[in-house]
Amino acid sequence: MHQVEIATTQQSVLDAPEMTLNMGPQHPSTHGVLRVVLKLDGETVIDLDCDIGYLHRGMEKIAENRMYPMIAPYWDRLDYIAAVSNGLVWVETVEQMMGLDVPRRAHYLRTILTELNRIASHLLWLGTHALDIGAITILLWAFREREEILKIFERQFGARLTCHAWRIGGMPNDAYDDFESDVRRFIGNIGSRLDEYETVLSENRIWLSRTVGIGVISGEDAVAIGLSGPALRGSGVAWDIRKSRPYAAYADMDFEVPLGENGDTYDRYLVRMEEMRQSRRIVQQAIDNLPDGPVNAKVPKLIKPPVGDYYHSIEGPKGEIGCYLVSDGTQQPWRVRVRPPCFMNLQALKRLCIGHLVADVVAIIGTLDIVLGEIDR
Amino acid sequence: MAILAFLAPINFIDSLLLKFFSEQTVNYVIWPFIQIGAVVTITAGWVAYATYLERKISAFMQARLGPMRVGPWGLLQPIADGLKLLVKEDFIPENADRWIFFTAPYIAVVAAFVVMAVVPFGPDWAVITDVNIGILFVLAVSSVGVLATILAGWSSNSKYALLGALRSSAQMVSYEVSMGLSIIGALMFARTLSLSGMVGAQQSDAIWFLFYQPIGFVIFVISGIAENNRAPFDLPEAESELVAGFHTEYSGFRWSLFFMAEYSAMVVVTAVATTLYLGGWYFPFVFRFTEARGFHNLYVVVSLIVFLAKIGLLLYLYFWLRWTLPRFRYDQLMDIGWKWLLPASLINIVVSAIVVFVLQALDGWHGMHTIDSIARGLNLTASGKAIAIFFGFGNLFLTAGILSLINWRSRDFNLKKQRRKIRLVDLPKGRPAVVPTGSADVSEARP
Repeated sequence: MHQVEIATTQQSVLDAPEMTLNMGPQHPSTHGVLRVVLKLDGETVIDLDCDIGYLHRGMEKIAENRMYPMIAPYWDRLDYIAAVSNGLVWVETVEQMMGLDVPRRAHYLRTILTELNRIASHLLWLGTHALDIGAITILLWAFREREEILKIFERQFGARLTCHAWRIGGMPNDAYDDFESDVRRFIGNIGSRLDEYETVLSENRIWLSRTVGIGVISGEDAVAIGLSGPALRGSGVAWDIRKSRPYAAYADMDFEVPLGENGDTYDRYLVRMEEMRQSRRIVQQAIDNLPDGPVNAKVPKLIKPPVGDYYHSIEGPKGEIGCYLVSDGTQQPWRVRVRPPCFMNLQALKRLCIGHLVADVVAIIGTLDIVLGEIDR
Repeated sequence: MAILAFLAPINFIDSLLLKFFSEQTVNYVIWPFIQIGAVVTITAGWVAYATYLERKISAFMQARLGPMRVGPWGLLQPIADGLKLLVKEDFIPENADRWIFFTAPYIAVVAAFVVMAVVPFGPDWAVITDVNIGILFVLAVSSVGVLATILAGWSSNSKYALLGALRSSAQMVSYEVSMGLSIIGALMFARTLSLSGMVGAQQSDAIWFLFYQPIGFVIFVISGIAENNRAPFDLPEAESELVAGFHTEYSGFRWSLFFMAEYSAMVVVTAVATTLYLGGWYFPFVFRFTEARGFHNLYVVVSLIVFLAKIGLLLYLYFWLRWTLPRFRYDQLMDIGWKWLLPASLINIVVSAIVVFVLQALDGWHGMHTIDSIARGLNLTASGKAIAIFFGFGNLFLTAGILSLINWRSRDFNLKKQRRKIRLVDLPKGRPAVVPTGSADVSEARP
């Protein structure tokens, strides 16, 4: 009898139960206040649950109680890394509902500045993604380049991060005096700098072993989950709103869309790196062909879009950011709904992570390029 | 002048001490205490300023300036940091195992500092004690440091700390194997286990063992970095995954003890690597211009500086790697340890044994003369050295070949070939949502 008891105690000691690990909301690598509840077998992830909402501010509800121009600054706080792109989707939605005639120069300036914002956002992604995988120096290098973009933003909009870049019907003011030379200097530098980053990472054995074959998602699954942006194109799905439904001045621009093959972390990395080069190409074309003229349309004193609903979306740095707007003909929208790219992309986390190790979870969160301000709204 | 001013008192202190104590007390009690005091002080100071150096070096790599505010060029930053850590709250988690939590940092520091006792910083009085099994002592005591990591991780009662401790125990144990095996080749040439004896062997042979044992040196340095938990092998404290790994719950001075242990363990590993492969304090011509002309203390001091310079070079390699490379994953780390470094060190042992055997067999064969003497290590003649160096560097290719044979089926074998390119597609343009002419009819887009 005694013997049997010893045997059972030993059994319970040796029987290792799965371990639940709370990653976040205070964790260096969850990119904000994401909480991931991991179920671990040793270090292998067997189940995963995302807990979001720590940054919920009720943006969509707030928008129902504000007049149309007053909503724009709130949109900067969605994806604060890409405030310029977020602002654009709001003003374009309202402009299109009202049928405003935005001048050509404003469209070109919007193209330049949103593409610069895309580069800034991707640089921040590159830095933090590399930092998550352990390459610390890349972060500082990426921030050095991002700083140049933020300086342009600061001179143009008066703010570095939450720019409040646009007004309904055009721009708050024309480009500042040295705008053209500043942008040209930046795009002159960024090409060689990107090559530098690629020499440090792309052929690095450790980088390859940490990213190749990690977090693979097929094109069909990516579409089914609703991924968009580089996360979708990394799986080889050719979908870019700048091409399929051009906005701003993208219809005039000549650029290519990078597509991955396997849909792993390495492909998404390559796609984003190439997207920065393509953005540079777009900025180059736009700055070369920048037309003269006014930057503001004739906008009525009171902005009252006609009764109805409208959906407009643009290709943000993280993916398709859309805005669904229902107007009841008053100065305030009846309902606003944001189509958040990061929220959709985060849904893929569970599928990407299961079967990988804890270290890969960090890499995969990085490769999805999430911003919690947009997920929680 | 400064050196001369520093040199004179040593004999003076010695004669002064002899007036008060017997010769044995002076030689075996008082001088060792002075040496220990000097080494501990210098090492602690080094640890403080190594953080400064690391921050500066990393800053220059990252287009920054690093610490600049405290003192000129931020030179007083380590002191400010130390003061801050001293006055910080010594926080203990509620359910921590208090006594183990208390003692773990001390184990780490003691294990890292005790090893300094046998490190030959220089000839004569620059070494605290010359144990005749010095290298075994180093390996044995430095592996006690693993215990501190495990205990710290376990007693913190935190899951991150526990994972960090598990990782570190697996990592340190598996890299200790290849580290221990990699030095055997050098021992065959040195014919002694004493660290001072190894330097003597290289000095009398006038060559660094690096040339006989390139593979051994590479394995030793890589396992040393892994053993010290430095990037790219810093998994136990991988801050992006495990927050701070095994010392997540430590704060204040207890945390800084772990920090000191890490940096002094780095010093120990680089010192042993220098002693074994880079000739220790030996440098050509130093003996001829100092000791041979009667400047004994100058000889010791110059040798000391040579040794510290060599350590500094290796430490720079540590910093350089840390700020350049991404981090390995846990399973990849194990792969490298068991599938690459361990076979490589075994091959190295076999090849070194064959070299020594060939040298002995060739000596006296058809009038060839390869071995000079075996009194202080294996002293080779010029032709013997040529054969040993040839085998040593040939071993690089042999090891590479055998390792490729072992590993060619593993996923990580040829990653660069697996590297893919992305396609660039010029998608057809759809109907614009916004027409940039500025005069388009937008009304059709309206609901």
